[in-house]
Amino acid sequence: MKVITANRLLNGDVVWLGENQNWVERVTLAKIYDGKDAVANGLETGAMAEKNQEVVGVYEMDVTVEDGVINPVRLREKIRATGPTTHLEFGKQAQAVSA
Amino acid sequence: MYRYDEFDASFVNQRTEQFKDQVRRRLAGELSEDEFKPLRLMNGLYLQLHAYMLRVAIPYGTLNGRQMRKLAHIARKYDKGYGHFTTRQNIQFNWPKLEDTPKILEELAEVEMHAIQTSGNCIRNVTADHFAGAAADEIADPRPYAEILRQWSSLHPEFSFLPRKFKIAITGAPNDRAAVQVHDIGLQLVRKDDGDIGFLVYVGGGLGRTPMIGRKVRDFLPEEDLLAYSEAILRVYNRYGRRDNKYKARIKILVHETGLEELKADIEAEFEKIRYGVLRLPDEEVRRIEAYFAPPPLEVGTAKSEAVEARRSSDAAFAQFLTHNLNPHRVPGYTSVTLSMKPIGGIPGDASDEQMDVIADLAEQYGHDELRISHEQNVILPHVKLDDLPALFDKLVEAEIAEGNAGLITDIIACPGMDYCALATARSIPVAQRISERFGTAERQAEIGELKIKISGCINACGHHHVGHIGILGLEKKGEEFYQVTLGGSANENASIGEIVGRGFSSEQVIDAIEKLVDTYLGLRSGNEETFLEAYRRVGEAPFKEALYGAA
Repeated sequence: MKVITANRLLNGDVVWLGENQNWVERVTLAKIYDGKDAVANGLETGAMAEKNQEVVGVYEMDVTVEDGVINPVRLREKIRATGPTTHLEFGKQAQAVSA
Repeated sequence: MYRYDEFDASFVNQRTEQFKDQVRRRLAGELSEDEFKPLRLMNGLYLQLHAYMLRVAIPYGTLNGRQMRKLAHIARKYDKGYGHFTTRQNIQFNWPKLEDTPKILEELAEVEMHAIQTSGNCIRNVTADHFAGAAADEIADPRPYAEILRQWSSLHPEFSFLPRKFKIAITGAPNDRAAVQVHDIGLQLVRKDDGDIGFLVYVGGGLGRTPMIGRKVRDFLPEEDLLAYSEAILRVYNRYGRRDNKYKARIKILVHETGLEELKADIEAEFEKIRYGVLRLPDEEVRRIEAYFAPPPLEVGTAKSEAVEARRSSDAAFAQFLTHNLNPHRVPGYTSVTLSMKPIGGIPGDASDEQMDVIADLAEQYGHDELRISHEQNVILPHVKLDDLPALFDKLVEAEIAEGNAGLITDIIACPGMDYCALATARSIPVAQRISERFGTAERQAEIGELKIKISGCINACGHHHVGHIGILGLEKKGEEFYQVTLGGSANENASIGEIVGRGFSSEQVIDAIEKLVDTYLGLRSGNEETFLEAYRRVGEAPFKEALYGAA
């Protein structure tokens, strides 16, 4: 199970590809891509967005889904999805959100 | 300190204008990311895990109060209220927006700063001893030479596309505090009996995935030959250095694969061709640059201050600070003070905007408006009157930068690691914080004595783990953070690469492992005077290995 991720060109924010080719700010709102072809499609959408100066550095990453909540598999992606573990007041973890 | 002439100023302004236009074209879609990335990197702008990161050069780690105040302003206005001092004496901002960077560079240019050549395969910021121009053991101030090298290497057309990055470090003292032997070129100032100044030259040192100690190529390079000889080294490297594999592209690999004698002969042959040409350094030019670094007027005082001694006996924290955070000054009555950017449990090298403002004020009030950043991620006031120490200390306490731990176990170098860095394989900062908490009491730190722990979050070794007395390298194993421990490294004049002590440790285990190593040292040292490194060099790894893994 994968999602497509990138950083926004303008401010560098971490984003994931959601429904309707929108880039979303929270990993749990991302669209899940299952299977090689689906992931390739997602990456193609990402490449288009890169061409349109929306995002940079598009790639796919592994996730799990538990009770409808999407969680990154690798620690690196967990940290990207939340923020520096040394600065809980910064990054996405600082934004008051409910899953 | 050095002031920009009109050439420097117009060069930096032109670059700022150029980058402003490049950002505009990128945002307008005229430049693709592939086209833009090398341009932004040439201006120190990286893309990290959470955001862009801007690395600003602090040439040879020297700056004044006005410049520090500008860094505080940038942290406050364009970032999240803090900056991070690096092992290359630079500062990094972790959250700038792409659209703001041209404005940031404009603001930096106002105080004669920039981010040029802080990234890319070029000659990077030249680093120097952080006690330069002040230390009692100094032969001469290394910064005029670092400045001459900076001018020579800035946008050097021949060396803008080297096989890989290139780092030069210089020390003016026999006690090497600039880690010159682990740089691509390491220079150590020497003075001959007849008074002539020159350089001992090392080539091919470096850390990263293939750590190597530099090899000596010259015992005495005359001052006038500094640029011609450096150019000869760079030319040989540029011509023969490998470009087929980025992991084998540093000059250390060339030295290793070619052999020292052959490479030395190549360098000397190239040097002979150019030594009497335009790069020969005229004496008056060296003296002209030197004048920029003329020491402030310091009145000779006495080696002991009554005010300091009175306070020492009644204030344990002050006494601890005096013991560890002062470096002998060449002028009696003065000292160089290390402001620890390593609060117990804190993030090594981070400084808030308020702290940077305080540091700027203190430099102006007590330090003749001079500041240095050390490669150990601390800030130095190089010229402080002994009598001013009690008042200075009080202000440091207020700003929470008064920890008396310079050179001790909690004075840890740590790279940003996986909390920020796109290349990292594990976190570094939290490990540093936990070690700092474990050993953080004043008594325990003092009992352990000098012990340099250095932590990198990946094999690229920005945290200098190979030259830590105890080095910690964070890796990823089966999706988990995993830490490899090395022992016996050193970055001073007796440099050595640490050796892996055995299998690595999980994040949960690693702090206990470090404590076992420290306890083992305390149990076997010949006396309080024998440091961890000395003890390790005397007894070897066996007792440490046994403590960690049991008898073989």
